[in-house]
Amino acid sequence: MEIGSLNVVVLIASLMVAATPILMAAIGELVVEKAGVLNLGVEGMMITGAVSGFAIAVTTGSPVMGMLGAIIAGALMALIFGILTQVLMANQVASGLALTLFGLGFSALVGQGFVGIVPPRTAKLDFGPLSDIPVLGQILFRHDALVYVSLLMVAGVWYWLTRTRSGRILRAVGENHDSAHALGYKVRRVRILAIMFGGACAGLGGAYLSLIRVPQWTEGMTAGAGWIALALVVFASWRPWRALLGAYLFGGIMVLQLNLQAAGLRFPVEYLSMSPYLITILVLVIMSSSRARASLAAPGSLGQSFHAAG
Amino acid sequence: MKRRQLLATSAAALGLAATAGTRGAFAQSPMKVGFIYVGALGDFGWNYAHDQARLAAQEHFGGAIETTFVEAVPEGPDAERVMTQMALSGAQMIFATSFGYGPAVNAVAARFPDVAFEHATGYMQDHPNVSLYNARFHEGRAVIGTIAGRMTETNKIGYIAAFPIAEVLMGINCAYLHAKKVNPDAEMRVVWAFTWGDPALEAAAAEALIDQGCDIIMSHTDSTAPLLVAQERGVHAFGQASDMSSFAPETHLTAIVDNWAPYYISRIQEKLDGSWTAGNVWPGLAEGEVLIAPYGPAVPAEVQEEADAMIAAISSGEYNPFTGPLNKQDGSVWLEEGQAADDGMLWGMDFYLEGIEGEIPS
Repeated sequence: MEIGSLNVVVLIASLMVAATPILMAAIGELVVEKAGVLNLGVEGMMITGAVSGFAIAVTTGSPVMGMLGAIIAGALMALIFGILTQVLMANQVASGLALTLFGLGFSALVGQGFVGIVPPRTAKLDFGPLSDIPVLGQILFRHDALVYVSLLMVAGVWYWLTRTRSGRILRAVGENHDSAHALGYKVRRVRILAIMFGGACAGLGGAYLSLIRVPQWTEGMTAGAGWIALALVVFASWRPWRALLGAYLFGGIMVLQLNLQAAGLRFPVEYLSMSPYLITILVLVIMSSSRARASLAAPGSLGQSFHAAG
Repeated sequence: MKRRQLLATSAAALGLAATAGTRGAFAQSPMKVGFIYVGALGDFGWNYAHDQARLAAQEHFGGAIETTFVEAVPEGPDAERVMTQMALSGAQMIFATSFGYGPAVNAVAARFPDVAFEHATGYMQDHPNVSLYNARFHEGRAVIGTIAGRMTETNKIGYIAAFPIAEVLMGINCAYLHAKKVNPDAEMRVVWAFTWGDPALEAAAAEALIDQGCDIIMSHTDSTAPLLVAQERGVHAFGQASDMSSFAPETHLTAIVDNWAPYYISRIQEKLDGSWTAGNVWPGLAEGEVLIAPYGPAVPAEVQEEADAMIAAISSGEYNPFTGPLNKQDGSVWLEEGQAADDGMLWGMDFYLEGIEGEIPS
């Protein structure tokens, strides 16, 4: 399948890889926001995951240990945010920004000894004959395990939020924390667990960058991926499958513009690179233009502190 | 995003300032030399190369100088603050190592006339204590272009470029020109990354180039990510700013190495002697400021010889890499037969040479 000199199959396969880190971070943040918490620290948790995963993988020689370490490191970073905002009642926006700044500085410090090292490689999954199926095989069966993990995360979060009791409790907490509290749900506990889940996902997304995508540790290597993930949650209007769509759209645009350039085509790539941000702004404008729409999409208690009354 | 670190490093600089106050009482105290870097010095590229030169100077002068550095300083007001802080803490010489520091360097230089400022790759020189220095990296591109032209099998050479400024265009044009000289079928595919350092994007750019059939990757960005992708995909690549062979042991062909140490050492010596005056220099292969790293195992002996001959011809001054007849991409004449480009013409470069596909983004 070719359009001009571009091979669509190759494009799709590489956009899936490019989108995986932001998809992971976005799915985590989606759960956090569904619980009514706005954590702007995604970038900080991602880069902490990137450096921790890298450091642990290099030290132990095992990429899997690195991934697990990144998940734990991301969750611990998020726990700081959780304690600040849920226990000490700090402002969520300020705490989230502080978490990003802290993560960037902390990762630079931890990463100093790991600059210029090539980490142990993560093997791609071997699907045997499946990967030889024309078109489908190349798109679906030639990736590393984490690409599939990210898809499972989307499906899992969707199922959990819409089909399980605990998922519904989480949404209730996010929609109206006072009512949820009155019904006897532990608002704080639910939120702190959601925040830690978000951190774990962001950490894994970061480790995907440093262990598979690049694979190397460089200071500040997430380069704004966390912010794109945040925008993605809004773009997806807090729905897991739309987050997948959005991530592949954003990733696809990046891969497409690079490939258009690499193919030597005369194309104003500036507009293409701008478009994910323009789309996000557009979504934000549409959402905020009508109160009714916004209240349909955004969790009702998003960003509000919860004070248990009585 | 790098502000957190900037704060930390500025705090460290403040701490240094405090100790400088007490130590300044001794006449024999070492001369302080400050360095500011635009990115992380661990990039193994541009900033790393400057820091290697700082370390070489420190080792050369031993106790006679004391070097300090602040990394990841964004171009703009932050740079001005950092340099002001350095000057206040007693630095007598400041090396500002990024193009965009120009306005900040000149603003701080006006306030500290006794401090010697050395600005890399800049063009603003408003005060007698501002010196400019650069390196003829494009001379190195002539060498790697020759190697690329000889070694490409698909006849497509991929180039990851940062920003459409003269220096980057010089590199693209020079590499293309010399690939074309030895291989008339060679094509250049350029991807503009619009960043000096974003490893994930650079990796994606390298992959896009390889997917589009390029079998040689060169880059003018700061990270080693393109080399790692090239190694993984079994495609040849060149290192940028430092020898990157450890990242692609099998497919690293060679690298353009920025060797700032001789310049830094001679300028610091002049400052120590009291003979420092502002200058504006642009050395290259001949002076050893641009080096070609050892050839990788993949480079055949005859190609190595050809590359060595190119280095020799440029170093001796008998060959200017930009010698006419050369046309611009639109077919208009840039250099007449036998005409060599002077420095002014090079700095005015805002076009591709004839034969390069694609458009330079604005």
